[in-house]
Amino acid sequence: MFEFIQYGFMQRAFIAAILVSVACGAVGTYVVIKKIVSMSGAISHAAFGGVGLGYLLGVNPVVAAIPFSIVAALSMGAVLEKVKISEDTAIGILWSVGMALGIIFVNLKSGYAPDLFSYLFGSILTVSNTDLYIMLVLDLIILMVVFLFRREFLGVSFDEEFSKVVGLPSTLINMLLLALIALSVVVLIKVVGIILLIALLAIPAAICKQYTYDIRKLMISSTIIGAILTSLGLILAFIFNLSSGATIILVLGAALFISYFIQE
Amino acid sequence: MSLNALEMKDVSFSYNHQQVLEDINFIIEEKDFVAIIGPNGGGKSTLLKIVLGLLTPDKGEVKVFGREPKKALDLVGYLPQYTHFDLDFPIDVFETVLMGRYHGMFKNYTSEDREIALQALKDVDMERYKDRQISRLSGGQIQRVLIARALAREPKLLLMDEPMASIDPEMQNSFYRLISHLKDRMALVLVSHDVGTVSMHVDKIACLNQKLYYHGPAEEAGEGLEKIYHCSLDHISHGIPHRVLRKH
Repeated sequence: MFEFIQYGFMQRAFIAAILVSVACGAVGTYVVIKKIVSMSGAISHAAFGGVGLGYLLGVNPVVAAIPFSIVAALSMGAVLEKVKISEDTAIGILWSVGMALGIIFVNLKSGYAPDLFSYLFGSILTVSNTDLYIMLVLDLIILMVVFLFRREFLGVSFDEEFSKVVGLPSTLINMLLLALIALSVVVLIKVVGIILLIALLAIPAAICKQYTYDIRKLMISSTIIGAILTSLGLILAFIFNLSSGATIILVLGAALFISYFIQE
Repeated sequence: MSLNALEMKDVSFSYNHQQVLEDINFIIEEKDFVAIIGPNGGGKSTLLKIVLGLLTPDKGEVKVFGREPKKALDLVGYLPQYTHFDLDFPIDVFETVLMGRYHGMFKNYTSEDREIALQALKDVDMERYKDRQISRLSGGQIQRVLIARALAREPKLLLMDEPMASIDPEMQNSFYRLISHLKDRMALVLVSHDVGTVSMHVDKIACLNQKLYYHGPAEEAGEGLEKIYHCSLDHISHGIPHRVLRKH
């Protein structure tokens, strides 16, 4: 029954599942407790502009998405800081403008974009070794930044006003957090795709938040839960020959649903 | 000569072309206990935010212990209205208080910081709850924790924004008992829209409704209050709670 484990692509898929879970555990925790899920959704969709740019320039779309989504996230942060616009409005605009840019970039590149769908909806079974290395490096950067700035991230997430009052550079820290979300988006793109990834980022932490009030335990348990559920989704997708990204998201959604029941 | 805890000179502030504060002149001496009273929307919170350096006035000068507000943050403690954050947040009491000891990026909390945070919890009699998640505390307990967080900074000036608003009358008395112990360590500024409960505990009352109308000993504050509330008021004295009622 478990013969699939011997395929190279399946082994890479499982490694990918673990690597995405690290990003989900570390950054997804902040996304959930700071209540910036829709902001993260906007950043993920803006990343499609980067994917399109990658096509246009003939570089790896995932690599192109790294600077693009960081710039998108930071400009979003700067706009919210400087311009009188509601966060809700800014999120909606970034969401579709990023997507639109991506589509135009792909248009500009003559010819057919064969695996565009894999960036939109994910394709964990086609993850390459290069993808894995990119994910690993981004994970390490994420973990390092989270470790170095854990006090600041906790402060701005819990009580931003008080953080300012004790001299914490909250604008800088908020920007850094947005950049981290952008990096996590890139880690997740290949696995569940831009359109679905916000659920993968948020659900593990949303599940675990019901059971622990310790942020460290929350991060670790979210990572473990994320890895288990992503792998389960992967196996189910393989067995029933379903779209992997969508299956993973549905498994996560079901788990969240069940966890609320258990908690009740 | 010792520095005043707070000096405001001709301070004005407007928000969206709406004048919120106008020509505020105000001095708080060391170890003063001052209540700033005024109706909602009268600019009380704005005034506190200016002292905290969160807002910059359009004109005028603000000095906190002789320094710019942003450069005096290590001397100022702040008790916000506790309703403004998510109680379900994954943080326990001790970690919350420890945040008051924040020194800057890449600087770990030292064992001294932990001791001071623990002492602050002892000061507010919340030591035994130090590992408890904040949503499992009552309103009055949360407020004590937030006072401890402010005290952990070892401030010389403590600013409190509507500390009465979220706690029941019984808790209010114990709050004043707690605060009165702090009086010899720091200047205390309390902002409130509730005249009665405040006046019998503080030394001085200032009345704020865009302009600062009066500033002086609590017993004599009645006239100033009448002006800002536009209503008559019995005279306020120690030990007698009052209600402000509009004239019919």
